[in-house]
Amino acid sequence: MVSIVERTSERVRELAWQVAATVVDPELPMLTLADLGVLRDVEVSDDGGVVVSITPTYSGCPAMATMRDDLVRRLQEEGFAHVRVRVALHPAWTTDWITPAGKAALAEAGISPPGPAPRREGPVALQLAPIPRAVHCPRCGSADVDLTSEFGSTACKAMYQCRACLEPFDHVKEI
Amino acid sequence: MPDVHTHEEDPHDSAYAGLLVNDAHHWAFGTDFEDPLAGVDTTVPDGVDPAVLAAYCLMLGDDALVLSQRISEWCSRAPDLEEDIALANIALDLLGQARLLLARAAAADPAAVPALPEGSPVPDEDRLAFFRDDTAFRNVRLAEVPNGDFAETITRLLLFSTWRLALFERLAGSRDAVVAAVAAKGAKELAYHRDFAARWFVTLAQGTDESRRRALDALGALWPLWPELFETHGVERAAAEAGVGVDPASVAAEVDVVLEQVLAASAVERPEARPLAGAHGWKGRDGVHTEALGGMLAEMQSVARAHPRGQW
Repeated sequence: MVSIVERTSERVRELAWQVAATVVDPELPMLTLADLGVLRDVEVSDDGGVVVSITPTYSGCPAMATMRDDLVRRLQEEGFAHVRVRVALHPAWTTDWITPAGKAALAEAGISPPGPAPRREGPVALQLAPIPRAVHCPRCGSADVDLTSEFGSTACKAMYQCRACLEPFDHVKEI
Repeated sequence: MPDVHTHEEDPHDSAYAGLLVNDAHHWAFGTDFEDPLAGVDTTVPDGVDPAVLAAYCLMLGDDALVLSQRISEWCSRAPDLEEDIALANIALDLLGQARLLLARAAAADPAAVPALPEGSPVPDEDRLAFFRDDTAFRNVRLAEVPNGDFAETITRLLLFSTWRLALFERLAGSRDAVVAAVAAKGAKELAYHRDFAARWFVTLAQGTDESRRRALDALGALWPLWPELFETHGVERAAAEAGVGVDPASVAAEVDVVLEQVLAASAVERPEARPLAGAHGWKGRDGVHTEALGGMLAEMQSVARAHPRGQW
């Protein structure tokens, strides 16, 4: 038998998760933090406070403070008085945590979504040639694309150009 | 003709509406400092001397901080926009690693953090970054020398990231959970940095006569600083013995194999150059640096030092 207290606390947790899951990424506002895989966990502590765990996409991600502020504000607006946001460093974020809905939202916004992240066993091999990826132009769908740079407007993106329609576009790089 | 006065009712008309609202959420990055290790368990593992762990984290953190600052000097000055952005991205990754490692050092050993006036809101990792003198920095000297030209910047990044990636891959198994997490994350970033630098090195070395000359000069100029990266400092030995750190000498062979791949693809021979001596044997890890570090820190630290209470 699950006690009423436990059921209530589980219900509070679900509600808090639903609210937290609506907060969007400050730099990719077409994605929620849940779709991005940054929102890892929502717990309800014994005193009724909400503890949200988030994992940074990159070590130097400058958006962490904004994400924290946005989460606290949204949850407080919905009546959760005591909200704490904690950083979960382990396991490290991977693009594999971006949900199918998140990948679809990226493509819809003209950003090429990541493929599967590389599996790492043993030392990382040196890559002197461009990393082979199955990238399609988000505008025309062509696979005839050129890598312009592995580093783009934010830490998580590489820059490409479509050779068919000439559209330059961002690709969220696998990590 | 529309009456302009009727538009004053529409809040969307004024770009300045709400600018003076006293609401912390209004500001993109908040109005206060935040703890990068908020909620992270920073308990020092059993049997580990907190002072050793802190000193070791300072070494790894200072390497990243100092090189990040150097690479940042390229902002708006790189050969083209793509490389400018790439270098800024790499500097940001290193700054993120530095921030976490300095915060970890401070949490392990609060005595390592410089004191500031009562009530100063400056967080511990910023106190360590901005309120220590050059003799308290523990970075290897390779990280601090001036950028030189683009070839030298690329060559330094190649040497540094090849070495650091090998260290971080092992540090992912550190007994200290914070160091392990930072290293596992950082290794993914460093793999991109190393590949970027390696491709550019091959491109320069196999490019024009001028670009090849510059790549060779760069390697020759930096080579005397290379052996220092694999010398085991007492702190590194103690951290390795305690299971929280890695003895840099233990990665030398693996790093050498990777570097050889790049040099072979570039048709470049290793330079003949003596290691840069220290002062009475003391080098970067001991706080004995080249004169370039002091000047770099003076610029990097000037704003923070002018406002130690975080107010202006």
